[in-house]
Amino acid sequence: MSAYLTRSEMAQMVARDIPAGSYVNLGIGQPTLVSDYLTADQHVVLHTENGMLGMGPQAEGDEVDPDLVNAGKIAVTELPGAAYFHHADSFAIMRGGHLDICVMGAFQVSAGGDLANWHTGEPGAIPAVGGAMDLAAGAKEVFVMMTLFTKDGTPKLVPKCTYPLTGVGCVSRVYTERAVFHLTPDGISVKETFGTSIDELAESLDVAVVA
Amino acid sequence: MIELPTDPDAAVSDLKDGSTVLIGGFGEAGLPFALVDALLRCDAGDLTVVNNNAGNGDTGLAALLGAGRVRKIICSYPRQVDSWIFDGLYRSGKIELELVPQGTLAERIRAGGAGIGAFYTPTGAGTPLAAGKEVRTIEGRQYVLEYPIHGDVALIRAHLADGMGNLVYRKTGRNFGPVMATAATTTIVEVDRIVAIGSLDPEIVVTPGIFVDRVVVAERRSVKESLGASA
Repeated sequence: MSAYLTRSEMAQMVARDIPAGSYVNLGIGQPTLVSDYLTADQHVVLHTENGMLGMGPQAEGDEVDPDLVNAGKIAVTELPGAAYFHHADSFAIMRGGHLDICVMGAFQVSAGGDLANWHTGEPGAIPAVGGAMDLAAGAKEVFVMMTLFTKDGTPKLVPKCTYPLTGVGCVSRVYTERAVFHLTPDGISVKETFGTSIDELAESLDVAVVA
Repeated sequence: MIELPTDPDAAVSDLKDGSTVLIGGFGEAGLPFALVDALLRCDAGDLTVVNNNAGNGDTGLAALLGAGRVRKIICSYPRQVDSWIFDGLYRSGKIELELVPQGTLAERIRAGGAGIGAFYTPTGAGTPLAAGKEVRTIEGRQYVLEYPIHGDVALIRAHLADGMGNLVYRKTGRNFGPVMATAATTTIVEVDRIVAIGSLDPEIVVTPGIFVDRVVVAERRSVKESLGASA
């Protein structure tokens, strides 16, 4: 591809890389878009932190039920085979390592896989963590979807996070508009680039990247 | 046996100043609207409230906060698009916030009801939310020591109760209800309907009646109505 990916195309990339039969939690906001690109053949089962497996698409019209919402408090639907459970069980699913993949947004990800996505730490900012730390601690793999740079051009894939951490060494992949990065014990490898090159990425980031 | 107060006001009338109140619900789903409104009409103040959020709009929990009745809130996600009442109180230092990762919140409440003295969790290890807490390395991984949460009162919403206090819930409205029911001295439940003893299949009971003290019938409000009320 010759241009940077759009948000939808990033979501499409993530969806493509989720193995068939996975149990997956999609974070609120941008990661929710991933569900639009999962195919029936993939048989992915979506978990929502507020107590459900087998979550279906957003509810429309008469389907809206105030007792059936997702983590973002948006009305959703249930698929055949869905299950409901209470919060302690829902977080046992997350913390206990039963989810194959979670997808979250981020302010920063470090080369070592540290994740910062809950708090800017700015004075007056109201902290809110929700289930992010439980997902970071518990999902077998944490995929991050984010822009590679802030609006002022500062890289968000960094040697060390400056924002307060959500989890330590938990991120395995980072999907951005310019590249897909795999974070491994041997370093950051660039799997695909979009509208840029590995050389350009290496130039603009403060972390070492290899093909 | 369970008590069947005549209405939500009677159900919460003996709540004392300084109580810790566990309030179920995740956003609007499973929120005990009628009991929270009754809480607002009773006199008790200096409360500690445990809920996933810190109120929405100007009604319900937000109104309770706005009335200055809550000293401290223990929650995972206070900041929302319509949490302006909490935001104002927090920024002016008029409410104490104990921010807890959501799974740790659920597990602390579960521990409170299950007689567990404390537990180690990997959630939050290496983050600012572990500051000042004991951290132990178990099999090469860091875990944070967390203590249980007990309530003087739990206010939750379920779908049906039978005359024994056995409860079933509806969809994601279940959320914190079953763990909160176990963790309070007095558990007060609002339901859509009370059904006869013997009419709930024992196999599908989610919360057994031993955890329930009072049940009151209160009509469910739709999200639309609630949003309308808070607009």
